[in-house]
Amino acid sequence: MTNLGLPDPEQLAARILRGERAAVASGLNLLDNRLPAARGRAVRLLACLSGERWLSAGHLIGVTGPPGAGKSSLVSAMIREWRLAGTTVGVLAVDPSSRPELGGGALLGDRIRIKTPAQDDGLFIRSLANRNQLGGVAGEVWPMSWLMLACFDIVVIETVGVGQTEIDIAEIGDTVCYVAQPASGDTIQYLKSGIIEIPDIFAVNKADLGAAARKTANEIGRSAPRQDRREGWDYPVCLLSATMQTGIKEFHAHFDRHRRFLVAAGLLARQRSQHQSAWVLRLLKEEFGTFGLELLGGRAAIEKRLGEYRSSQFEEYERMREHILSRLLSVNQPTLSP
Amino acid sequence: MVAPRKNRDQPWLMRTYSGHSSARASNALYRTNLAKGQTGLSVAFDLPTQTGYDADSPLARGEVGKVGVPISHIEDMDQLFDQIPLDQMNTSMTINATAAWLLSLYIGLAQRRGIDPKKLSGTTQNDIIKEYLSRGTYIYPPGPSMRLIADTINYTIRHVPKWNPTNVCSYHLQEAGATPVQELAYALCTAMAVLDRVKASGEVPPEEFPQVVERISFFVNAGIRFIEECCKLRAFGEMWDELTLSRYQVEDPKLRRFRYGVQVNSLGLTEAQPENNVQRIVLEMLAVALSKRARARAIQLPAWNEAMGLPRPWDQQWALRMQQVMAFETDLLEYEDILDGSPVIAAKVSELIAGARREIDNVEAQGGIIAAIESGYIKRELVGSHMSRLRAIESGELKIIGVNCFQETAESPLTMGSDGAIMKSDPAAERQQIERLQEHRRQRNDADVRAALQGLSDTAKSGDNIMPSSIRCALAGVTTGEWGDSLRAVFGEFRPPTGVDIAIDSREVLGRKDQVTELRERVGRTGNALGRPLKILVGKPGLDGHSNGAEQVAVKARDVGFEVVYDGIRLTPQQIAQAAQEEGVHVVGLSILSGSHMELVGSVLQELRARDLAGLPVVAGGIIPPADAERLMALGVRAIYTPKDFSLNAIMGDIVDVVRESNGLERLGLLS
Repeated sequence: MTNLGLPDPEQLAARILRGERAAVASGLNLLDNRLPAARGRAVRLLACLSGERWLSAGHLIGVTGPPGAGKSSLVSAMIREWRLAGTTVGVLAVDPSSRPELGGGALLGDRIRIKTPAQDDGLFIRSLANRNQLGGVAGEVWPMSWLMLACFDIVVIETVGVGQTEIDIAEIGDTVCYVAQPASGDTIQYLKSGIIEIPDIFAVNKADLGAAARKTANEIGRSAPRQDRREGWDYPVCLLSATMQTGIKEFHAHFDRHRRFLVAAGLLARQRSQHQSAWVLRLLKEEFGTFGLELLGGRAAIEKRLGEYRSSQFEEYERMREHILSRLLSVNQPTLSP
Repeated sequence: MVAPRKNRDQPWLMRTYSGHSSARASNALYRTNLAKGQTGLSVAFDLPTQTGYDADSPLARGEVGKVGVPISHIEDMDQLFDQIPLDQMNTSMTINATAAWLLSLYIGLAQRRGIDPKKLSGTTQNDIIKEYLSRGTYIYPPGPSMRLIADTINYTIRHVPKWNPTNVCSYHLQEAGATPVQELAYALCTAMAVLDRVKASGEVPPEEFPQVVERISFFVNAGIRFIEECCKLRAFGEMWDELTLSRYQVEDPKLRRFRYGVQVNSLGLTEAQPENNVQRIVLEMLAVALSKRARARAIQLPAWNEAMGLPRPWDQQWALRMQQVMAFETDLLEYEDILDGSPVIAAKVSELIAGARREIDNVEAQGGIIAAIESGYIKRELVGSHMSRLRAIESGELKIIGVNCFQETAESPLTMGSDGAIMKSDPAAERQQIERLQEHRRQRNDADVRAALQGLSDTAKSGDNIMPSSIRCALAGVTTGEWGDSLRAVFGEFRPPTGVDIAIDSREVLGRKDQVTELRERVGRTGNALGRPLKILVGKPGLDGHSNGAEQVAVKARDVGFEVVYDGIRLTPQQIAQAAQEEGVHVVGLSILSGSHMELVGSVLQELRARDLAGLPVVAGGIIPPADAERLMALGVRAIYTPKDFSLNAIMGDIVDVVRESNGLERLGLLS
């Protein structure tokens, strides 16, 4: 028998709401734990933390972009601004895992790039491997980001933009920022792929490169098609340099402005609720396939049910999961018995 | 007995890299070494001095006087060279990020003693570029670092003309795993970057530029494959000659000579059967002594017990005697170049030159050495080469006597003494240095210090040469930490890429694939049992920048399926404990080579306890003598790995077992 020492969820939730770092850390460990005993406790933990405030509090920010675009130094510069203003920040930094046949290991290198003073109780960074899930963002990111939202003013989710990831991250963040790499083909590919629909804020880092950076910024500004986009938001394109510390303040101000825009337009809670539903569907489909969704009455029925439980969708997700599992077991039982 | 010929060549400068505890203790050692026939000095500075911190800085804790001498201000410098005439001595200083400062202290001291700086001769290593790749005592970003190098060159050309202001280092590249071709290519790229920067500064008129080229010297490494190494040095000479002519139009062939000093390889020295290191060192010296055309100007040899800890004076004496036997007893110095005309040697030299040219073109195409460092390219190449070397050792393809073959040994009388055959640095040194520093701060004139520091800061911002204001700081009694902090405020600090993000080598090593597969299965199974993938934090506490070991462990851990958090070098125990907590790791691995393991590991354990993580297992690796290993285990460390543990697979297997054990799972034991 292993000495797992799983924490008591109710006590843990109270400590997390008080902002105790040790509790936040063990809460994240619990949400990461796939043992059945842990899953049950994870549901209880999130239940204790959830409520209507989940649909209105804090600010979930997604940052993505191709490797080498300078996302981490940008996030680092943003953190400095927030911390100077006394705003607390939680960071979930997602790095790719190696393929399962190569061991599935991962090098999580973000802490080194997000430079911080030694002791800062208002900042908490957890690195995560994507574990080859969902085209880039690990399923664990969803519950973890909600836990962090319970105790930090801002939660930043940083992912390496490779293909599908940009779409996944759009279903987490209230505000999504794309960091473009000047003078590289990535941005053009990105524009062509139509994913340009997703980000709310664009950053062209390394403005110190001069002409190349301005060219990329112009391309983004010209090419972004706007027909599906929201009235009243201007999709800013910022030229800045994280290393030279230029353009950061202006860039930074857009995040708060975007959140105010969402609230004013009545979009914040609605978007969060929609995002959560999308995650539940995604995770159920990943684990059980379309057949699993059918066992719950199909996609529309699930969405309706989630709508009724919009502030506690993680619990509802676990209930649906158990329901599918029990149905599967009862279906399979006769054939498994001798 | 044949009498030696009269017209022998002059031998090279003989040095021993040394310094420890305090300026006073190091001065005593230097004077003893000179009395024994050493002909130059090679100063080893401690890590706070190398990274621009005062002895009483929190970051310096446990590091003062450990790997070298602490020099905090001009009075320390004065004590270090007590009764040593500066105008007659040839002094080499292994100093990089703070080279401009230590040189200023040396020049300031000469001025105070009434000696004309034009009479000073010696070398400041001052190759900050390679610090980003190996060794790790960088402070500032590449731009300001290049400027500091250029400033010292521009200054010494005028005012200290016999000084070698920079020693472009391929030495540390080899220690980081570089092949001879990589050594040639990256060192020459660095030299080009330095010369281009000096040229661009416009401080030297074009007609004087050949003198600048002449002052560029090199610091190389020589490994046990001594024939190839000898060819490497001949290749260096040919390439430098050609490059200085074609790129910098230096017409006088004398000014195009490849001048270099050497310390032979430390990477290949073993902790197992350490007496074998003696013949390794002698053979490696042959590589740099054998060929007259490519002979070293200065040689320093490591001691036989370097892989065990800090050498004692007797160990250093033995190393010096090796040089003296080679120079004075053998007939080596009686001949012209004995390799000229050998087709075998010529072919090998051409092969190395062709390979190095290709790699130089490759780096130039990426925008030069600085761009290739910032992008992480060179570091990844080095980590990859080092990984191949370790795999070859693990597979037995590369034989290391006493380590992966011929391990049987009688007990060595050399290591039986009560001192463990190494020197302990003075444990009171840190406290005494701090007291001396604080007394110095009380004695000096504060107004002078403030004015000098203001001048330094203004110069840093204006872009003028940093040396004159630094020398003013030296004379005013400014401290190493104050100099470092003033420039930090203007230049900022920098963390280069770690290079560990290299692709998994799916080929793996012949015959060892099974171990890797087995490890992956064990890591996966253990992660499943614990509910989530195994996660390890690889940490380097303290100021020590020798990151090769930590990098290899990080890459290997990733390859066998761990999720790895590696934050690079120079972290405080608080930062490591905080990262362990936030990341929710299953185990913490610490790597320390500076000899500060007792203080630093102890502090990490304490910081973990303060965060309710007393149960989190900690393992440690480094040059850790057995007695210290026992004490660390008693403190709660779960495993200690030393240079004897050459199999990374075995280390990984053990770490998995450490995790299992601390979670109540049974150990799985040795790999098949």
